[in-house]
Amino acid sequence: MRYEAPESLDAAVGLLAGATGLARVLAGGTDLLVQLRSGLIEPDLVVDVKKIPEMRRITAENGGFRIGAAVSGAELGEHSEVSRLWPGVVEAVELIGSTQIQGRATMVGNLCNASPAADSVPAMIAADAVASVVGPAGRREVPVEAICIAPGETSLAKGEIVTSILLPARPPHSGDAYLRFIPRTEMDIAVVGAGVSLTLDDAGVCRAARLALGAVAARPLLVPEGASALIGTRVDEAALAHLSTAASAACKPIDDKRGTIDYRIKVAGVLARRAAQIALERARAN
Amino acid sequence: MAKIHVTTTVNGDAVEFLCDPEQTLLDVLRDELELTGSKEGCASGDCGACSVMLDGRLVCACLVLGAEAEGRGVETIEGMATGDELHPLQRKFLEHAALQCGVCTPGFLIAAKALLEKNPDPSETEVRYWLAGNLCRCTGYDKIVRAVLDAATEMRGS
Amino acid sequence: MATVLKTDTPAPQSPHALKWVGTRPIRPDGVDKVTGRAKFGADLILSGMLVGKVLRSPHPHARIRSIDTSKAEALPGVKAVVTHDDFHDLPSEFVPAGEMLVNYRDMVRNVMAREKALYEGHPVAAVAATSAQIARQALKLIEVDYEPLPHVIDVVEAMRDDAPVLHDDLFTAGVEPPPTKPSNVAKRVEFAIGDTEAGFAEADLVVERTFDTKPVHQGYIEPHACVASVSEDGQAELWCSTQGQFLVRSHCAKLLGMDISAIRVTASEIGGGFGGKTVVYLEPLAMALARKSHHPVKMVMSRDEVFQASGPTSGANVWVKIGATRHGRITAAEAVLKYQAGAFQGGPIQPGCMAAFAPYDLANVKVVGFDVVSNRPKVAAYRAPGAPISEFAVECVIDELAKELEIDPIEFRLENAAKEGTRAAYGPKFGPIGLIDTLRKIKESEHYRTPLGPNQGRGIASGFWFNIGGETSASINVNEDGTVTLMAGTPDIGGSRASSCLMAAEALGIDYDKVRPIIADTSSLGYTFLTGGSRATFSNGLAVNEAAQQVIKEMCARAARFWEIPADAVTWEDGMAKPAGANAGDFEPLSFAELAKMAGKTGGPIGGHAHLNAQGAGPSFGTHLVDLEVDQETGRVTILRYTVAQDAGKAVHPAYVEGQYQGGAVQGIGWALNEEYIYGPDGRLQNPGFLDYRMPVASDVPMIDTVIVEVANPRHPFGVRGVGETPIVPPMAAIANAMEQATGIRFTELPMSPPKVLKALEAANGAG
Repeated sequence: MRYEAPESLDAAVGLLAGATGLARVLAGGTDLLVQLRSGLIEPDLVVDVKKIPEMRRITAENGGFRIGAAVSGAELGEHSEVSRLWPGVVEAVELIGSTQIQGRATMVGNLCNASPAADSVPAMIAADAVASVVGPAGRREVPVEAICIAPGETSLAKGEIVTSILLPARPPHSGDAYLRFIPRTEMDIAVVGAGVSLTLDDAGVCRAARLALGAVAARPLLVPEGASALIGTRVDEAALAHLSTAASAACKPIDDKRGTIDYRIKVAGVLARRAAQIALERARAN
Repeated sequence: MAKIHVTTTVNGDAVEFLCDPEQTLLDVLRDELELTGSKEGCASGDCGACSVMLDGRLVCACLVLGAEAEGRGVETIEGMATGDELHPLQRKFLEHAALQCGVCTPGFLIAAKALLEKNPDPSETEVRYWLAGNLCRCTGYDKIVRAVLDAATEMRGS
Repeated sequence: MATVLKTDTPAPQSPHALKWVGTRPIRPDGVDKVTGRAKFGADLILSGMLVGKVLRSPHPHARIRSIDTSKAEALPGVKAVVTHDDFHDLPSEFVPAGEMLVNYRDMVRNVMAREKALYEGHPVAAVAATSAQIARQALKLIEVDYEPLPHVIDVVEAMRDDAPVLHDDLFTAGVEPPPTKPSNVAKRVEFAIGDTEAGFAEADLVVERTFDTKPVHQGYIEPHACVASVSEDGQAELWCSTQGQFLVRSHCAKLLGMDISAIRVTASEIGGGFGGKTVVYLEPLAMALARKSHHPVKMVMSRDEVFQASGPTSGANVWVKIGATRHGRITAAEAVLKYQAGAFQGGPIQPGCMAAFAPYDLANVKVVGFDVVSNRPKVAAYRAPGAPISEFAVECVIDELAKELEIDPIEFRLENAAKEGTRAAYGPKFGPIGLIDTLRKIKESEHYRTPLGPNQGRGIASGFWFNIGGETSASINVNEDGTVTLMAGTPDIGGSRASSCLMAAEALGIDYDKVRPIIADTSSLGYTFLTGGSRATFSNGLAVNEAAQQVIKEMCARAARFWEIPADAVTWEDGMAKPAGANAGDFEPLSFAELAKMAGKTGGPIGGHAHLNAQGAGPSFGTHLVDLEVDQETGRVTILRYTVAQDAGKAVHPAYVEGQYQGGAVQGIGWALNEEYIYGPDGRLQNPGFLDYRMPVASDVPMIDTVIVEVANPRHPFGVRGVGETPIVPPMAAIANAMEQATGIRFTELPMSPPKVLKALEAANGAG
């Protein structure tokens, strides 16, 4: 295995595009090193991107924030402005693993590892986040929901790296939230994850909403029916009940060592409702 | 496969070592530098027994490549006491009998120290959630949490 | 904080107030453990050391047709490869190991498969190489020709007539007439007193239930690890993480065909054991590789190897039937226990049967047990082996009876509780015991009187463990400056060094700080049985006390010689020799340090050496109280509050007694709510790691309040009872009983994980 730590994006792209065998990007390493150790993968090349300045930065952009791919969960959590604008996204990222994992794990790494249960992804999808992708053919912007295509697989072409995530600006009366179900209080992979983002108008009626679910299908799902359950309503009990039903209906889960099909379907509905309630409170407070 | 030459700082001392690209920081600390205080409980970041500080950030050494230590600062359990003086956390763990077999203790001490540096007055809940990544099978966590809270009180000068 | 209840039973042999026993000083090995200096199994580095790794069967059940190691042997850097050819087959022979028995014929097969691979993870070959990388490569080059066979995992399935049979020479023992067909049922045991049929006929209410539990692992944070070195003349040194270095020595000598004296085993510090490190896995392999390669060999298990290939405790199926009068007096009790032993016979069925009804004073009891093999790792002891499973079932049924009879669950237990003089269901008569005290302490506790909120429930359960004594040696050597070196033989898992030093200081009358302990290797001390069975503080107390008495006797003799008076005219008081009787007051007392200083001139070095078989271990009873809350929409359970009351006899170092109560309770919480081995239909373990084998983390549990009851054990100089195992017995039933109160549902399957709880809640609400 070869280890490289390039200091520019061009160098990193060049290494990845030119790799003859299996190549992997190393940011936080909290997925990669586990896979290496267990023998799941045997990369020929590991490209450490933490020396590339733009990957380490959080910058304000058009009312939102651009989060560099190598920013750790701990660093993100310490950024009070991002936390204020997108509390749901930040709390989702902060749920990944332990404090030690937070010291290293990145939301981009969490996205690109493409686990259907990734915690940060439903929250990013609900936020309508966009990934900035750089490769041999140049730069392109990709909605986060288009990155994961199957367990462990992304839509990135050879040589492409996600360099940052843009969390957009927020209209007034907006709030987001992410909840996951795990059997313990920490340290588990999500059995179900639900991210909700919504915006109210001055009269308290919901004008925009997005619902995304994790761990209930082969990839994190954007659930348009969830949005329609809320839009045009005051997000009352009836609307929340419709949201729950839409969430459960959208699930295509499997039975595995973490949960059963039945269980995931039921809990998805419960979490979608609870996350929407928190997002609503946050929206009303803004 | 050529070894990588790494120059780094461990517990304040300048250190150089050679490592294979696949070796983790934990492998390097234990096998190359013979600092066996950090323990391997799982090699997958689930138990925290290998907790160290990397540039002031609490991490699992089993999830960092040895090569990544280049130019950075590592703090391990071996550097926690100052000469003859134990850190208040070390003392409180002893006073409260917050260890039984002791294998998880280095990881807990490093993690607790990181907590108190960030939050000198944590609640019991905050302590428990911060330390959720450190597994203990012997104590049931009760005395560990008490020791951390007591050390925090002492360090605040209360 | 713990409260310590003193009863009227005084500790024997202590006419004066205790100075050291019962205090909470810093443990002698503490500083090393908080600085990273203490050396555990994987921490030893020897020059020229090779790395050993094990090739393990990917199949849960397979015939091994052939093994070709030639390519691995040819790989540069590989210094030795071993298979079953390097171990002589051994005849069947049962020997005690902890609280269970092991069989050498099975053991030689468990450490290295011979005819068959009997579980996923079963060792098939092992290599020693100059680096871990080369060792891993070498494993890939070993060619094993397997013939996969049908497998069976679950205990009830393994008992069926058509189940795949693991051993075609296993015929159920304890059945008349003896079966002619081999099966997976190794033996049937039965314990019975009185007439249960008549007893049930007298009952106003009979409750019977069947329970299922899954295998759970001890979960020690330190994986198995050892370093072996064998010299050209066949003398071996072994460093290993173990609960019993003397047992490791015996087993390795047997498996490698060596004299016991040729092996010197040093116990490293041990990162948790709970019974799981009372057996050998890597040690014989490391020794065989060291012998063959002429280099020291270090072997360390990875976490998934620990789960796949080291013994958890049994999964089980348990049927319990109890009858009682309407006033709450139990008239009869029966149980049938089916325990999984793993790939080889010898699960904890016997203690499970014996412990099941032990907390109760019963005239009519019948317990039948089955030891059943299946394609899983051979079970090893896990803290009160067998009892948590059987007592879980019994305590649940007791609770149900109490509820239906509308009797408070504590009152129900008090009505039937075993006490001094009760003939235990498993045979002997109890001496003074503390069960009733623990029930009363729980009843009087502030916890018990605190009101509950919605979706919350409260449960109690009692538990018992026998505790053992066993062969124990201890040496006290007096140094020239009056300090003392204490040599104990039981590895220190939870603070027992501190307890031994407290007892030595107390007995000798010197300061605790003047006693420095070591855990001796097998060449430096007489035979000592392992740390387990809650015996360390109890047995070491007896041995240390005897060694101390020898020292005192010799000290008095030296003083007598010095004063030129008869030896029996000298007494020992407060750490000093004083002239007594007619000579009282004639001479200034001589202190321990003064006598130590003149030892050389008065006859030579002074020491006390005890070798005994500790008898009179007293059982420890406990009662647990738990409050929990159930999220009705997700089935997730939160433990809100927990109190343990348990009889310690005498808490030598109360903080370490509290620690045992707390640690066992939290293991029980994990067992109750989330821990289980999950197998796929292919017979492979799906969760061999801490991610999906879900042990409690710090945020999962509250503070665990403790109440130390002290009903002195009259057979011990300080009244000590073992305490380490009882704490894991009550939690699962206490939690199941609390769940019943919170939800109205009686859960009969462990773990009570969220999907099961939610499913049951929905079925109960008719929404299923």
